[in-house]
Formats: sequence, structure tokens, C-alpha cells
Amino acid sequence: MPLSRSIEAIRADFPILAITVHGKPLVYLDNGATTQKPLQVIQTMDELYRTANANVHRGVHCLSDMVSERYEAARETVRAFINAPRREEVIFTANTTASINAVAFSFGERFVGEGDEIIISGMEHHANIVPWQMLCERKGSKLKVIPFSDEGVLDLEAYRNMISGRTRIVAVTHVSNVLGTVNPVKEIVAEAHRHGIPVLVDGAQGVQHGTVDVTDIGCDFYVFSGHKVYGPNGIGVLYGRTELLNEMPPYQGGGDMVANVTFEKTTYNELPFKFEAGTTNFTGAIGMAAALDYLTGLGREAVAEREQALLAQATAGLSTIDGMRIYGTAPHKVSVVSFLTGKIHQYDAGMILDKMGIAVRTGTHCAQPLMERYGISGNIRASIAFYNTEEEIEALVNGVRKATEMLG
Amino acid sequence: MTIDELQDQIIEEFAQFGDWMERYEYLIEMGRELPPFEETHRRPDFLIEGCQSRVWLYPSFNDGVITFEADSDALITRGIVALLVRVLSGRTPDEILGTDLWFIDRIGLKENLSPTRSNGLLAMIKQMRLYALAYKSKAEQS
Ligand SMILES: Cc1ncc(COP(=O)(O)O)c(C=O)c1O
Repeated sequence: MPLSRSIEAIRADFPILAITVHGKPLVYLDNGATTQKPLQVIQTMDELYRTANANVHRGVHCLSDMVSERYEAARETVRAFINAPRREEVIFTANTTASINAVAFSFGERFVGEGDEIIISGMEHHANIVPWQMLCERKGSKLKVIPFSDEGVLDLEAYRNMISGRTRIVAVTHVSNVLGTVNPVKEIVAEAHRHGIPVLVDGAQGVQHGTVDVTDIGCDFYVFSGHKVYGPNGIGVLYGRTELLNEMPPYQGGGDMVANVTFEKTTYNELPFKFEAGTTNFTGAIGMAAALDYLTGLGREAVAEREQALLAQATAGLSTIDGMRIYGTAPHKVSVVSFLTGKIHQYDAGMILDKMGIAVRTGTHCAQPLMERYGISGNIRASIAFYNTEEEIEALVNGVRKATEMLG
Repeated sequence: MTIDELQDQIIEEFAQFGDWMERYEYLIEMGRELPPFEETHRRPDFLIEGCQSRVWLYPSFNDGVITFEADSDALITRGIVALLVRVLSGRTPDEILGTDLWFIDRIGLKENLSPTRSNGLLAMIKQMRLYALAYKSKAEQS
């Protein structure tokens, strides 16, 4: 299935792709950290501030109604994008980190106690480790970690054996931000549900590479960030199943999240507003919806297919370099390649690539336990998006080869 | 040669390079030429932990001057470490404390000293000054 538009037309949608850095055309391969924004998003937000800015849900006037409607339409766009059953199950937050913290706090308050257990995996981003550790510290509960193989595949056998009568929640990443592994989240959820245990899936790297169906996955929570899915910063999503969200206490108090306030007692508003205290980032939500519409318009399967082709090219090209070690060779992975060559330090390689105009990420990628698992202090990560080109992948391979020669 | 004369000399050395790759090649070469770091000094108290690269810095104080030995796990960082050692090692505490290191900026390596880079270099310079301060007050006391 081809993309609905030519790659030239697509690149023209992203103004930043045309800039030069250090006098060289930008080759942006740090899409795992954040993605670039198409004009469709930039213009939506620009137009919103010019013509429809007012506080949502707070006024009787026309502008407030207008923007409230668009905010709720954005919620519907997100719902459809991840195929959530109900619109009110989509809660807007600041980012993935905020969504996970919200669940860890609120779910934790209600359902987790001393001696209880929480299962995460060994390939989590710090955002899906630290909030659970904090919960464990508050409640005196224990964190258990699913191991994974050298290829970057989770050990499901170990996971099954880890589940106990004390397990209260499982929190795993859909896609590893370092290894690119697409985890079998549907299986993980099915196993947990056999024991009546809810599952949170960290979709920060999972939502932008094709279709995602939370109903099919069956997870209880799915979280992601707008900025990693071609939308603006400061907006994120927490999808949660109604039954659970209704049971969970709010984690922030303030305006909009209440039904009735007296100094004696406050009753809370219903979903989703119960979890959206204060003035929300409605411009962000509407901008993110524009990004999701953009991806849908391109064809999400086509996006995934193109990224897979570029991934194959990058993997093959990099593998021709002497001493190349690729971290993450799972059979099912997204367009992320993490690597090191010879004894070369990732920071040196990253600095040389930068001077060639090539933007990659170097370091631990906020996944220090994963680096420890491989016994390295960090690596180089190229994360590819559909708007990258075959020439850019070639530039990466040549750049890495050159850096390897200089540093070897 | 004073610290400032040495800074000028380094700026001149770098002026001959046409492009970035040549500058980096030179830094890498200097990193390689930095005398090997004494393994017994590779201890946590002499480690400056950066997010991107790590730096070790070992000071000693003899006859009124401070000698710095240093190292880094990244080669380009080690090249810059070598430059800093070349400029600041073998100096008195007063010389070190009285100096303004402008050469880094002038040879186009300023971004390497930005706090967001977290490669250990900025902290290394601070640490060199702290050692100078400590040795100075120690010398004044005795
Ligand atoms: C897998 C994963 N989870 C969580 C996050 C955190 O995302 P954010 O910083 O947008 O909250 C990231 C970002 O790098 C990620 O890759």
C-alpha cells in the first residue's frame, strides 16, 4: 500500500526538514526523541490562537463554546485513532510521563498495599520505572522485572512465573525506545487478565508506527505523548477503561474536575473531567488531533511499510561497517536502530555525525537498566520516520563509516 | 609562556584547519597523545560523571604549582581535556584562579561547555578551580 502522497510532497509539509545545520542539509534521525511537525499542525494551532482562543468548558460565550467543541472533537479523534471504546475514556495529560504518574498514583492509592507486587519489564524507559518505584516506596510494595534476551525479546515464560496472588498491575512498553522491539502486548494482557490483573501499556514509541487498537490489545491503560506522534509538546494521552477510572480517585484537585464544592465536602465530576483538573492544554489537544488526522490521511499502514523499508536499508547498510554491533534484533521491531562500532564511544560518534548535519541520539536514552543489561555505558540510536529518505539513510551509513575510521 | 599566551597559541593552531573534520581529527590526536592516566587514580573521588561522557581528574601540588592528570572515556572529550591540562597544569593556584578561559569559545568548542551537554567538561573546569582554591588556602595556612 503506497502513501497517499509523494515523499517530496510529504517533506514539503515539514518546514524544518529543509533547514541546514553546520552548513549541511539536516538529516533528522532522532524521531524517537521527538518528531517534527507538519504545517497541518502548525497552521491549526496558529489559526486557533488567531480565531478561536477562549477557556474550554468555562464560558457561556460563543468563543468558549467553539473551542470546547473542538477540544471534545480532538478527544474523539484520539479515541478513533487508538480505537478506544468510549470518548470519555480518553484523558488529556501533559505527556506519557504525566499519564504514567497519574496511574501509578491514583491506581496505587486505590489498589496497591504493603507486600503487593508490580511487574514491569527490563526494557522500560525511566518514565515507566520511576513512578512505580515511588509507589512501591509509598506503599511498601515490590517491583518485579521481566527479563529479556540478547536479541531484545521479553521472556514470557519468566513473566508467567512472576505473576502471583500479590500482583496488582503490569506495566510494559509497547515498543522499546532503544531496541525497537514490538512487545507481544496482547499476549501479556491476556495472561494478566487470566489472573484478573490490569495492564498499562506505554505507547510512547508504539502509537506512531502504524495502527494501534487498544480494544484488540485489551489493555486497561494506554499512554502516549503528542510530541512523538507529530503533534505539539505538552500534550499527552491517558486512555483507561471506564470501570477502573471510575474506581480510581483523582490525583489532582482544582477547577473543572469537580461537580460540587463546599468547604465540608467536594464531589467529583465524571469522566474524563475528573482527571483533568485546571485549564487543560486544549490548543495542544487540538494540534495533536491535527497530527493524528495527518497520519490517517497518509495511510497508517503505508507509513509503517515505508518505515520498515528504511529500517531494512539502515540495518543492512550499518551491518557492512567493521565491528558493528546492533542492539535489538527482535523479529518484530519498529524503525529504530541502536548500535556501537568497535571500541568507539557513542558521544564521539554523535559529535562527528552532528557536524555532518546528522541528528542522532547518543547516551542511555533514559533506559539505564537496559544499558546495564548489555554492559555498555550507552549507544547511538538512529530513529527513522516515514519522511526520511533513502539518501538520508545512506548519509547515515556513510557518516558512521567515516566516524568509525576517524575514531578507530 | 603565560596562560594567555598559550591560549593565543592554541587559537592559532586551530586557525589553520579548514573544516570541522580536521579540527576533530586534531582533537582526537591530542586525546590519543594525552599521557595514560594512572590506573590507581581511577577512583570515584576523581571521577566527574557526565551524562554523555565521563572525565577523571587527579591533582597534585608540589613547589607551589598544581599538576593535573586527566582522562575521559570519549576521545573528543579527551582531546578537550588535553587542551585544558595543557593550559592549566603546572600553574600556581593564583594563575589558575585569575584566568578566564576564552580559547574554548574561540576555537569553536563552546557548545562542549554548555551545561546541557553534560559531558563532564564544565564540571572539570569548575573542579580545577576548586582544587586551586583548596591548595591556595592550604599553602596560606602553612
Ligand atoms: C518508551 C517511552 N516511554 C516514555 C517516554 C517519555 O515520554 P515523555 O517525555 O514525552 O513523557 C518516552 C520518551 O522518550 C519513551 O520512549
